[in-house]
Amino acid sequence: MINSLEELEALANTKRCNEQNCQEELRVCVGSSCASLGSENLKEILDAAIKENDISDACRVKAVGCNGLCAKAPLISHCNRATKISILYEEVEEADLDELIQSVLNAAPVTHKHCDITQDFFAAQTKIVLENAGIIDPDDIEDYIAHDGYKTLFETLENKLPNEVIEEIKKSGLRGRGGGGFYTGLKWESVAKVQSEQKYIICNGDEGDPGAFMDRALMEADPHRILEGMALAGYACGADKGYIYVRAEYPIAVEKLTRAIKQAKKLGILGENIAHSNFSFNVEIRLGAGAFVCGEATALITSIEGNRGNPRQKPPHLSDYGLFGQPTVLNNVETLANIVPILKRGAQWFKSIGTASSSGTKVFALTGHIQNSGLVEVAMGTTLRTLIYKIGGGIPHGKKFKAIQTGGPSGGCIPESLLDLEVDYESLKKVGSIMGSGGMIVMDEDANMVELARFFMDFCKSESCGKCTPCRVGTVQLTELLDKFVHKKATKKDLELLQNLSHVVKDTSLCGLGQSAPNPVLSTLKYFENEYLEGISND
Amino acid sequence: MQTQLGSSDDRYKLLEKSMKKLGYDKNALIEILHSAQETFGYLDKETLKFIAKRTKSPYSKVYGVATFYHYFRLKPKGLHNAVVCLGTACYIKGADKILTSFEEKFEIKVGATTRDELLSLLSARCVGSCSLAPVVLFDNKPKGNLTTEEAMQKMQEMLND
Ligand SMILES: Cc1cc2nc3c(=O)[nH]c(=O)nc-3n(C[C@H](O)[C@H](O)[C@H](O)COP(=O)(O)O)c2cc1C
Ligand code: FES
Repeated sequence: MINSLEELEALANTKRCNEQNCQEELRVCVGSSCASLGSENLKEILDAAIKENDISDACRVKAVGCNGLCAKAPLISHCNRATKISILYEEVEEADLDELIQSVLNAAPVTHKHCDITQDFFAAQTKIVLENAGIIDPDDIEDYIAHDGYKTLFETLENKLPNEVIEEIKKSGLRGRGGGGFYTGLKWESVAKVQSEQKYIICNGDEGDPGAFMDRALMEADPHRILEGMALAGYACGADKGYIYVRAEYPIAVEKLTRAIKQAKKLGILGENIAHSNFSFNVEIRLGAGAFVCGEATALITSIEGNRGNPRQKPPHLSDYGLFGQPTVLNNVETLANIVPILKRGAQWFKSIGTASSSGTKVFALTGHIQNSGLVEVAMGTTLRTLIYKIGGGIPHGKKFKAIQTGGPSGGCIPESLLDLEVDYESLKKVGSIMGSGGMIVMDEDANMVELARFFMDFCKSESCGKCTPCRVGTVQLTELLDKFVHKKATKKDLELLQNLSHVVKDTSLCGLGQSAPNPVLSTLKYFENEYLEGISND
Repeated sequence: MQTQLGSSDDRYKLLEKSMKKLGYDKNALIEILHSAQETFGYLDKETLKFIAKRTKSPYSKVYGVATFYHYFRLKPKGLHNAVVCLGTACYIKGADKILTSFEEKFEIKVGATTRDELLSLLSARCVGSCSLAPVVLFDNKPKGNLTTEEAMQKMQEMLND
């Protein structure tokens, strides 16, 4: 049990000392992409080779989370603690491992499979949320503690009042990373103000956007940071119970979080009277079951209560009437992962990163027709051009760029003429898209925008919960209309109808799903109208 | 496949145990359904009725929740299963063509199982390995960067296993 800040630091120091002797570290990424290419097997082979060569005192193998460059999976990095030099290897296969072990044994660098870590993909990023990803072992709470983990929580419990925490978060300008961009400090304050015996903190790990994996990577790579963020939210708002709602499709994330909670409980970092304070906090995991609408706040809550995930009208807001009717804070995974760095380094520091209206960084899942597909974290205000050409390495096969889709089924497509847009909540909204949770899908000249719009509408159609008519019926009608354009059988009247109906669905639907479902249609109509015109038949 | 009685007693016991752990709590219905599906492979009427009785909920409620969520299956799966990811990243990279080629080859629609119960063809909304798009899960093992031909080849390998 750890009962105080001193004990926590003592544990961190012991861990650091124990590892001092072990100079070399081989970090094998076992995040989703690397794992699906057999990286766990690579780790086992390395483990065996270390034992066989009897060098376990000098070198250890560590399973770590996503390092970002998933396109080059599986990735293994070799770090020397003394020289602090780290070498990254890409697309590692079983056959390469011998040479890798040899290089550890006699410092002879492996010449091929070398991944340049000074390249723009890494250099142009700003890592705050992902600072531990690919470095710490998510299964080992002590590793997290050795990297100053839970120190912020313990310091806060000792030295700060709840309202001071809220003030700091407010000052930092942190906005919700789940899509809406609501100010986190204000959200916390509204719950803190309400008098209630029971309050809840919920972490939204539903990640419904079909083409995004930021939250998955975070939960898998650094689960303790999310728990620490939740506990801090609990302290600030006066809540002693937290839930993490995770998609059942993310079994590794569920496994990592479950283990993390267990370890934290065992050390008394979660539980009753944390660090002898009168603050108690417990966390439970709740599984989603594959319904996009359950990412929406009110639907998520009713789903945790064991019901069909139908959203309801707001108000009452969650701050007054949330989970089990109690005041509730709902935050996205990435939002909560920002709490520790803000409290550690201060609101001023956080504000100095990003743009005036959107401070800090944003993690994006860069996919589609792009060279360096993967997970990237950049300061708000980074241009799309930097993201696509500098970090992303451009479009493969010498093809031309056509559009980038942000915000998933609720977002829009942005054409080449707007590539110098500095990405933040406001700028994306201005051009008809949204920040969303961070999915960015790049499309080359061969992509068909009408088909893409149809794809998203079809998605919303099958994900509509059916409670309100505009969404239930409207998405079906819109899909059928888009079908006509795809098959080049539309009429001029259909184009008008498509536009009108899109606005009706947008304006009259009950929840965010329906209200934003027409966005992909409207934005492609705006920038790629000619493709719709081509779908109009002349006879 | 072990869908018939006989072995079922044990599985009900297992389900009973996990319900007990959750305190037969109505609020934990989704957790209970997850563990039932894990135990039985799918959720049939009998199982749902059993859960309704034990949690003192109406059957309509349990059935309503089970059918709302895509993750729950009310029909048994085949011996093997292939899940084609139809998330945006995979779609852009031609996952729909892979799915169509499977549908044509095995003469079933997505969501169905072949008559010999050898293969269930399923789809998913993003399995979170978008950088490897297009992705297909063959018996839950993800394979990425597939062409339509490679996907078919992997499929045959799985079925011949
Ligand atoms: C249809 C729909 C789906 C959503 N899906 C998610 C999701 O998968 N993850 C998420 O964090 N927020 C999602 N949201 C946003 C949440 O409702 C909520 O605003 C968010 O979790 C609040 O956290 P934040 O303030 O930290 O962003 C969704 C909203 C809608 C309308
Ligand atoms: S879209 Fe297929 S894995 Fe994400």
